[in-house]
Amino acid sequence: MTEINGRETEAPMNRRNAVKAFVGLGLASALTDCTPASGGGGPVGEMPGPPPAQGPQLDPEPERAPSPDEHEHPAEGDLLVFALGVRKGEVVTSADVPLDGPQIFAYAGDADGAHGASDASRLDQIILVRLDPMSLSEETAHHAAEGIVAYSAICTHEGCDISDWSTQNRRLICPCHDSEFDPTDNGQVTEGPARRRLAALPLKLVDGQLVVAGGFTGRVGFRSP
Amino acid sequence: MKLDRYLVAIRLILLLVLIVPGPVIAQQSTASYRPVTDERLKEPEPENWLFYRGTYDGWGYSPLEQINSENVGSLVPVWAFSTGVNGGHEAVPIVNDGIMFVTTPGNQVIAIDARTGDLLWLYQHELAEDAIAYHYTNRGVALYGDKVFTATLDAKVVALDATSGEVVWDASVADNASGYYMTLAPLTAEGKVMVGVSGGELGIRGFVVALDTETGEEVWRAHTIPAPGEPGNETWPGDSWRTGGAAVWLTGHYDPDLGLTYWGTGNPGPWMGDARPGDNLYTNSVIALDIETGELVGHHQYHWNGSWDWDEVSTPLLIDVEREGRVFPALVHPGRNGYLWLLERSADEISFVDAWPYVRQDVFTSIDPESGRPSYDEQKKPGIGFRAPFCPSLWGGKDWPPAAYNPGTELLYIPVNENLCGSILGREIEYEPGRSFTGAESQMTVWPGAEHIGELQAWDMSTGEEVWTREFESPNWGPVLTTAGNLVFMGGTTDRNFRAFDARTGDQLWEHRTNSGIIGVPSTYMIDGVQYIAVQSGWGVDAASMTRRINRDLGTETFVPEGGVIWVFALQN
Repeated sequence: MTEINGRETEAPMNRRNAVKAFVGLGLASALTDCTPASGGGGPVGEMPGPPPAQGPQLDPEPERAPSPDEHEHPAEGDLLVFALGVRKGEVVTSADVPLDGPQIFAYAGDADGAHGASDASRLDQIILVRLDPMSLSEETAHHAAEGIVAYSAICTHEGCDISDWSTQNRRLICPCHDSEFDPTDNGQVTEGPARRRLAALPLKLVDGQLVVAGGFTGRVGFRSP
Repeated sequence: MKLDRYLVAIRLILLLVLIVPGPVIAQQSTASYRPVTDERLKEPEPENWLFYRGTYDGWGYSPLEQINSENVGSLVPVWAFSTGVNGGHEAVPIVNDGIMFVTTPGNQVIAIDARTGDLLWLYQHELAEDAIAYHYTNRGVALYGDKVFTATLDAKVVALDATSGEVVWDASVADNASGYYMTLAPLTAEGKVMVGVSGGELGIRGFVVALDTETGEEVWRAHTIPAPGEPGNETWPGDSWRTGGAAVWLTGHYDPDLGLTYWGTGNPGPWMGDARPGDNLYTNSVIALDIETGELVGHHQYHWNGSWDWDEVSTPLLIDVEREGRVFPALVHPGRNGYLWLLERSADEISFVDAWPYVRQDVFTSIDPESGRPSYDEQKKPGIGFRAPFCPSLWGGKDWPPAAYNPGTELLYIPVNENLCGSILGREIEYEPGRSFTGAESQMTVWPGAEHIGELQAWDMSTGEEVWTREFESPNWGPVLTTAGNLVFMGGTTDRNFRAFDARTGDQLWEHRTNSGIIGVPSTYMIDGVQYIAVQSGWGVDAASMTRRINRDLGTETFVPEGGVIWVFALQN
């Protein structure tokens, strides 16, 4: 099991292959018991021959080969770069994050700001929101920099980008199924089908520059379908 | 690590073989799989359910009558099957000679012995973790020849061998990274498998595409938004046609005599009309496409320059209607915009006949009697920086759950949500591929003092009369099935019940409480002289979103558990 950005990345066992293989094996034994095999490759509509329960059937998914670089982000000292818009790829400064939202979409990158937007997965996106520091819970305040907080941008329900913002309630809202998350309180779910809070990303200011202070606190991603 | 995974896989397979011998017997039954031909699709045997709505005309009707209004009270479950996934289970159980094919959220296709509930095979489509799909559901397979077709969340059509579940071919029809995805059951006819695309919230340009059922090769593609130089493009300013939506996310219907397929189209994007002044053809329309060429030979736009998220993707039902002594081939559409539309179809056009509201609707001030074009109360039309209230809510009088028509009662049955209103506030938005492109935030409210929301309405389209109505305190997201047994079946409510009603009177005759709420399309079939009723229970997607918004507005705490189960019922012996 490898972890990338705190996310479990090993492919789950290939369910289709497994189920089909067991049907195939079962069929093979049944054929041995009571029915002569038809020689395989029969015409359409006839019973297919048993699929061979060997190499290709059992071959698990090829593993994704993570580049060494992937293991390092987001990590302490990473910069944040805009994930979209006219400034896509540019470094986000604390002045770029508006008070009381809406959220900014970003990627974490290395010091030259080049890593991130070009090669990262949608699932690596980070949301940045600036809030009144006095409104933050103790834990969230600990991870915030000048009231700016960062979370995984991926809804923990079914993986949509959390792109909506409630100005009235200062909530992060997923447009797919209305899950709501409280950015002042560690990304807790306040409403909706999501059951798991957003993973928070600690931030700090170094010489006035907004940088990542450590890895995600919590699991990034969403439930399996 | 790799060796470990091999061992885990082998152990699991051995375990399953040892403890689950069931599928062995079931697999043998597929040896006699009967190919699905055009002749069979045009006139399906009563014992089978070969198509999304049973027949090409979209009635959701079965001539089976063993289960009827006299005996339905003794209907009992005969088997159930857990799908293993959560989320909205909307797919219809499709049955060909005793073999049932069901899809689930996450693009699983399950083949089951429809009599015993034994697994025959299971196909799990490999879906990238970062696939983009705002509605994580699927509405069923289509059958043709010896193949089973499914449309996937990453915008592919996959053809499976009906007897084994093996992939015969798969074809990508659009780029998922740009927000194209698919949830509908395909339409199969005349050697083609036809699908449309979802993604109206993501700045897509909608289309219907026809693929060769044998090879997956593209035969034709019909965009629902015209390009420059094509008629209708002038209804879009600048480049807005490129990202204007008009998604097609429900199955089309087919008139074999005219050689035309009919499809409903979604709302324009971004959501606010003042972001793209013009009628925005062919959004919120029904379009007629030539089955051989894909040529658009007719359309009717229900409402122009949409600003309410009222997709009109439900395909009209093909019904003969009598008006003033004349019987004509009609298209009947209970609109998401709250009006019931009566249109006439012919070889070269779709023409307006009549329309009237079937729920509270406060946006239209009039309907032009010739063209059917509505006029709007501008105070009810949201815009950029302008929050407008309107009824019905953005989910409309009827969302996607299909209505049904019974030729015996000559009634149309509509699953309705009444007493819901809302508001939308628009904002400027720039297009980014694969990103939300609505530019809007919405609210929903229950009409003050309302005592119910859900309804099942029965209409006589020839007289324009609402013959009966059942009311439910809960919202209603139940697709409708009707049978020659004088019955209407529907779930759709938050109490998890599946119900049967007398088709003539609306009296409730039977109910059964299931694991979750039912938003699946029901079907019925017969094996060895026994009639079965099948439906998936599995609440989710927009039905769940509406329930939460009602909870928020009323302070209620309605809870509907998740989890998918296929239920099959028959009369108790």
